[in-house]
Amino acid sequence: MFDWRWEFVWQILPRLIEATGNTLIAAGAGYCIALVLGLVLALAQRTRHRWVNMAVNEFVEFVRSTPLILQIFFIFYVGPQFGILLSPWASGMIAIGVHYACYLSEVYRGGIDSVPKGQWEAATALNMTTMQKYRRVVIPQAIPASLAGLGNYLVGIFKDTPMLSVIGVAELLHTANAIGSENYRFLEPYTMVGIIFLAISLPAAGLVRMVEGYVRRRMGL
Amino acid sequence: MQDLSALPHELTGNTVPMISFKSVRKAYGDLVVINDLDLDIQVGETVSIIGPSGSGKTTVLRMLMTLEDVNGGVIYVDGKPLTHMVKNGKLVPANERHLRKQRVNIGMCFQHFNLFPHMTAIENCMEGPVQVLGLSKSEARERSEELLELVGMIDKKDQHPARLSGGQQQRVAIARALAMRPKVMLFDEVTSALDPEVIGEVTNVIRNLVAEHNLTMLLVTHQMGFARDISDRVCFFFGGKIEEQGSPDQLFGNPQRERTRQFLSAVREAI
Repeated sequence: MFDWRWEFVWQILPRLIEATGNTLIAAGAGYCIALVLGLVLALAQRTRHRWVNMAVNEFVEFVRSTPLILQIFFIFYVGPQFGILLSPWASGMIAIGVHYACYLSEVYRGGIDSVPKGQWEAATALNMTTMQKYRRVVIPQAIPASLAGLGNYLVGIFKDTPMLSVIGVAELLHTANAIGSENYRFLEPYTMVGIIFLAISLPAAGLVRMVEGYVRRRMGL
Repeated sequence: MQDLSALPHELTGNTVPMISFKSVRKAYGDLVVINDLDLDIQVGETVSIIGPSGSGKTTVLRMLMTLEDVNGGVIYVDGKPLTHMVKNGKLVPANERHLRKQRVNIGMCFQHFNLFPHMTAIENCMEGPVQVLGLSKSEARERSEELLELVGMIDKKDQHPARLSGGQQQRVAIARALAMRPKVMLFDEVTSALDPEVIGEVTNVIRNLVAEHNLTMLLVTHQMGFARDISDRVCFFFGGKIEEQGSPDQLFGNPQRERTRQFLSAVREAI
């Protein structure tokens, strides 16, 4: 049967908790990049310049259709051949940030499309510039409409951070691997990683729903 | 492209109309919505447009607000071309910069109000003056409070639109449009989406505007009694053209055209 050793669990817990911090930083930083860049991509797909829209559209499709792990490898191992030398952390943040930005741009796009035509027309009737229409009228309504989708990807990005272990970012899975190889015991470290992920993902999903409700109420929607 | 060389670059003379449609045409594919429309509206005049649905009434207002472009002809506002601009001595379709310069003269209220749901009543009114006209917040607030007072909505100024009834939202929307101090106000079926019992509160606000302000107004409406009361002139639209126009007494009391008579009797039966 199982050979589960509690004393080993207590022994490795501090290292795992430290690595959890790195995982959260990676997820948080990657998500922030994705939130900002995703909105930029969503807006860039709607400019008056057809070739800009098309180029951005193709880029988003390309990133979404190739595996994240390949993109991580590419930036970290192929980048140096083009003179782009980045640390594992920087490579990882760029890869995960850009990858999720492409998904979030679709969420934003849905949110922007959900703003009724009458809102644009009212903004035109007030003689707003295109920039003012987006900044003052459309985006403030598109973001609350996007919150559920944006929140799902927050949990998604968190669960994808273990991919950064392949280039040596000391997040949870990387640390669990190291502990396992040092001690020839994998049961406890991997189980603990699973439990930690679960313990963070579940409340996070609930938190996202709470934030969504709060923002909608605040905006009078 | 249509030849616009016969049309003037600017309207001049003793009485330049506030709004002038010259040979205006609008079509969606093969469907002609506005057919060679000529219509002048004088400064301070209140004109109602009535007619069956699909007759192009709303399109007239939407072209004036530049929400739709025109496929032929030119619209002039205050003597200057709105839909076109003069370039190399010729009238060419207006660019966004020209439109923004000309649009300051025009305000519009919509059937479905289109208030900004994330802003309170007073924030809706202050938005244009602050962002577009560059007024200070305190100036804009003062102006907005005056207008909300005028439409009887001052006690609800801090409510979001979702907390207001349709009639209340429409009154805020009127204040929002007026806050830009337009010379021309367009009302596009502003009572059509309202419950019958609140129509009066909106039409009364418009009645007061007609009586007390020197605005040029163009209304599309299905409220015949209202149109008769407030208008200097009523235009009956049919098939993208003005079938008949005249003073309210003339058009409602003694219509000359068969189609006008048919429409008016159909409308009366519905009541």
